[in-house]
Amino acid sequence: MATAPLVERPPAPVAEPPAYRPKKGVLSYWRLYAAISPFYLLFLAFGLIPVGFSLYLSFHRWDGLGSMEYAGLSQYRYLLTDTDFWSSIGNTLIIWALATFPMIFLAMITAVMLNSAVRFKNVYRFAYFLPNVTSVVAVAIIFGSVFSTNFGLVNALLQAVGLDQIAWLNTPWGIKVAIATLMTWQWTGYNAIIFLAGLQTIPGELYEAARMDGAGPVQTFFRITLPLMRPVLLFVLVISTVTGLQSFSEPQVLLQSTANESTFSGGPDHAGRTMVLYFFQQTFDNNDFGYGAAVAWGIFLVVVIFSIINWRLVQRRGED
Amino acid sequence: MAVTTQTEPAPTEPPRTEPAKGTRIRGNRRRGVALHVSLLFGVLLSAFPFYWAVIMSTHTSTEIFSYPPKLLPGSHFGDNLNKLFDSIDFFGSMFNSLLVAVSVTFLVLFFDSLAAFVFAKFSFPGRRVLFAMMMAIFMVPAQLAAIPQFVIMAKLGWIGSMTSLIVPAAANAFGIFWMRQYMKSAIHDELLDASKIDGASFLRQYWHVALPVVRPGLAFLGIFTFMGQWNDYAWPLIALTDPGNVTLQVALSQLNGVHGTTDYGMVMTGAVLALIPLLIVFAIGAKQIIADLGKGAIR
Repeated sequence: MATAPLVERPPAPVAEPPAYRPKKGVLSYWRLYAAISPFYLLFLAFGLIPVGFSLYLSFHRWDGLGSMEYAGLSQYRYLLTDTDFWSSIGNTLIIWALATFPMIFLAMITAVMLNSAVRFKNVYRFAYFLPNVTSVVAVAIIFGSVFSTNFGLVNALLQAVGLDQIAWLNTPWGIKVAIATLMTWQWTGYNAIIFLAGLQTIPGELYEAARMDGAGPVQTFFRITLPLMRPVLLFVLVISTVTGLQSFSEPQVLLQSTANESTFSGGPDHAGRTMVLYFFQQTFDNNDFGYGAAVAWGIFLVVVIFSIINWRLVQRRGED
Repeated sequence: MAVTTQTEPAPTEPPRTEPAKGTRIRGNRRRGVALHVSLLFGVLLSAFPFYWAVIMSTHTSTEIFSYPPKLLPGSHFGDNLNKLFDSIDFFGSMFNSLLVAVSVTFLVLFFDSLAAFVFAKFSFPGRRVLFAMMMAIFMVPAQLAAIPQFVIMAKLGWIGSMTSLIVPAAANAFGIFWMRQYMKSAIHDELLDASKIDGASFLRQYWHVALPVVRPGLAFLGIFTFMGQWNDYAWPLIALTDPGNVTLQVALSQLNGVHGTTDYGMVMTGAVLALIPLLIVFAIGAKQIIADLGKGAIR
């Protein structure tokens, strides 16, 4: 600090918080601990204790009112053979795949196009991001009408080109397609903007060099853009896995009006019943809090396993 | 995919900024037109459901059920509005939503930035462990804690009141992490040292030195928090047990629930109205949101 710089210099890269470290006891830091305490107190009350309690709960039978009854591993044993749970995993994975792959593909195309467009870039970004801002409830209601059998737009289109109508919300596959379409619509723009941020970090010289070497646009995309985008792709994939595998509001609202049993049933044949929907059904419809807790841990495990698989797949591809 | 044009950010500029004026566009004019036509098509797909919802909100259900579908506005918006206000306590639930979203946003901004300031700029025993713990919390899925949270709320007597929505959301790991990254680079240590020499207390440093510098970061976090709270659905659905006293999202879903007799004109009116506050907030903060969004991914 002895020599004052003439021009304002950029902040030095700070690795560790420096400042002052008075050699005093732990208590002398009380202000700092007090400042970070709200988060930890809230976490303790509404995070750590609940998670611990849900583990405890999963080894017990409890209807939420009476006394708990120790059940050992029986609920987990039942979970392993619970065909409803397995079918909910299947539903979730199918819906996730139906939504995620088109979404990533479309988002990538959109990002590349946005990156090429010079004019109106901000207007486009605003418009593409809009679907993500809106509430799932409102959107699901709207999509419920888009896919409606009697007056839906999709069926009107099919009719206009002379095809048969499809009872989207009343067939097992139609439900999944409808939910996946909703998710794709809501998340494509969001991911396109994330991809765009990644594209903008790729140095222009690389494209220059590729052009000099006579690489075409497709070659450039697969040899330069895609490999360099791997970290961003990984980020998007992991986030979409974690959120996609926990989808709840979309099917819940979309299928509420067609539900034949409860609000968590997931439509006809339970074909839209995702894992989290099943969790809610067991817990709050059947008042089976103990088994609900076991289901929650099952979901957690599925999400973790799936995230790891995704992670590995994307990393592998880049190694060779 | 066959897009040949590439933009080149000038090397001296930070990556986030727009490409320099001299950006070279290879390819001819026709290609540029094709590009904008494709992009506009995407915009159309993005915007159409909104348009259609607005159109439906101006028709009666009978009109909506007719073929071909109505694509132009009708004249029944007023009727639908009246039916909506008769069916649910629209303004009551909107007030609840606003109450929750605004309170949570201010609490999050305060608690998260305060904690972030400590993690970014101070050293104290246990800092690493506490921070690592916070990041681990990030990963725990919400439904794991849902049942016990419900039980705890019931014991506290908060079930059915907005307190059960506000208090647990008042601080979060994402916000602390986000603000910490921001503060690390934005707040110069020289500035803190100087204020220390001037005898500024910890709180004064936070309020007068740190906060003014990180306003853009706070704006992003604030808008993001508001939107998240406004749109939250799963937890309010469980925690608000009195159907007459819910947030807007839950009230809307109640409208949709009546089997077979759903009045789509009315429901759409509600869905459209519920989007308005959100769109206003987004329009105010869109620049900030869109600019900062990618940072998490490319860090």
